[in-house]
Amino acid sequence: MLCQRCQQRPATVQFTKIVNGQKSVQHLCEKCAREQGTFFTAPMQTLDFNHLLSGLLNMESSPGFSPTPSQARCSNCGMTYQQFTEVGRLGCPHCYESFAGRLDPLLKRIQNGTEHMGKIPVHAGKQVQLRKHLERLRQELKQAVAFERFEEAARIRDQIRSLEEQLESNRG
Amino acid sequence: MSLSDFLKRATSRWMKDGGPEDDIVVTSRVRIARNLDDVPFPILQTDSHANQVIDTMRRAMDTPEFRALGKFDLLRCSETSPLDRQVLVEKHLISKDLAAAERHGAVALREDELVSIMINEEDHLRIQCILPGLRLNEAWQLANKVDDALESHMVYAFDERLGYLTACPTNVGTGIRASVMMHVPGLVLTGQIERMLGAVSHVGLTVRGIYGEGSESAGNLFQVSNQVTLGESEQEILQNLSGVVQQLIDHERSARRYLLSEMREGLEDRVCRSFGILAYARRMDSKETLQRLSDVRLGIDLGIIKGVSAGILKELMVMSQPAFLQKYYNEELSPAERDIRRAALIRERLRMDDAEVH
Repeated sequence: MLCQRCQQRPATVQFTKIVNGQKSVQHLCEKCAREQGTFFTAPMQTLDFNHLLSGLLNMESSPGFSPTPSQARCSNCGMTYQQFTEVGRLGCPHCYESFAGRLDPLLKRIQNGTEHMGKIPVHAGKQVQLRKHLERLRQELKQAVAFERFEEAARIRDQIRSLEEQLESNRG
Repeated sequence: MSLSDFLKRATSRWMKDGGPEDDIVVTSRVRIARNLDDVPFPILQTDSHANQVIDTMRRAMDTPEFRALGKFDLLRCSETSPLDRQVLVEKHLISKDLAAAERHGAVALREDELVSIMINEEDHLRIQCILPGLRLNEAWQLANKVDDALESHMVYAFDERLGYLTACPTNVGTGIRASVMMHVPGLVLTGQIERMLGAVSHVGLTVRGIYGEGSESAGNLFQVSNQVTLGESEQEILQNLSGVVQQLIDHERSARRYLLSEMREGLEDRVCRSFGILAYARRMDSKETLQRLSDVRLGIDLGIIKGVSAGILKELMVMSQPAFLQKYYNEELSPAERDIRRAALIRERLRMDDAEVH
């Protein structure tokens, strides 16, 4: 959930106010929570799973560690690595790619390697194949245009269109 | 409404039915985490993202593949009362986190309550199957079927190298968490439990109390589950867990035999004393309830108490929880009032059976 005040950072603080028996709950990021109120005190330092995980995330001595500046930001959802270490949750599926340099050493430590050995979704498997095929055709199209083989280029372009439609309809 | 009618209506299949090794294994549970490809994870969700996930789920549920899996209802947290959500937590059908996700959370629940799909909890979807007794493979197959049916109507976040992508890196890969809830009074009474649990954590498994992460263990009930989700197949994960659970079962059985042969009087006294308290006490808190129920269940398993159904432990373990009590008595109850009603409910439940104590 995003902070209800700034709508920018993930909400990590639950702000409960009871006035004359009327209870209201707000979900805020730490910054807004601090700005918001006189009632706010520092979050309790409890040793829970998140803290253990963020402790691991901040260990710089891990083998294979490659520096990702903490300002590193996922281009898709905008989450920064710093935010991830604070909440212990990634913002979107693309974060895995954006923070790969830091996540791989972590996965090696908390998981049994970094290669998925289990179930592969049938449908997504097909999508992956379609996407790879599409990529190949786009290369061929460039080639065909470069060598002025226009008839072939037109044929490839039609193939690309139909594949794109197929990908699109699979999504819906 | 009579208690027996309420029990029939309000309890899940896993609370009523038996299963393999169910003198020790209470439930087998498998949950798999799945996320949609093009939507931020719930932690960064806006209202429209959350609705997108729920709408996608609604559409997927309205397909022949999904309808073949049984009758499901979709409940939005915003449309249910906190009390009703807490009842679902107590029945192990949703997590505390989902119950708290008032704005965005939802759950798709199968009629028999063996399958539940949590929506917009930590991940977009968490498919959970819970079966009585030791039936991990069956639970996985059921979850797998639900997964297949959903997958043909939505695109999952899946990476060829890392597998299913999840909000927390501790779930990435298979996204599977398999857990077995075990009742092991023998290991506790013979003082072996610490050593056993220590050993379990060395083979990639974790142990927690009955209401999941961070919950205290009570009533000699423990949940053993896998920790690793990446780098092993679902089958390997389940086999590893089953293997360890089988060993714990063997140790528990021999501990019970030891107690019967070497400490019979002490054991009988403990069991019968607890039975007496449950049958006559006027005030019971949750913790004592679980401990006494555990003793009585052990007495049933060892033939010390006859005529009381063995399911009484898991039935009352859930029924005596705060939200369930308030649901049954249909009123809001303070903790002190709950202790009085809890004792009354237990006495009433015990009177449904014809106990014979030797």
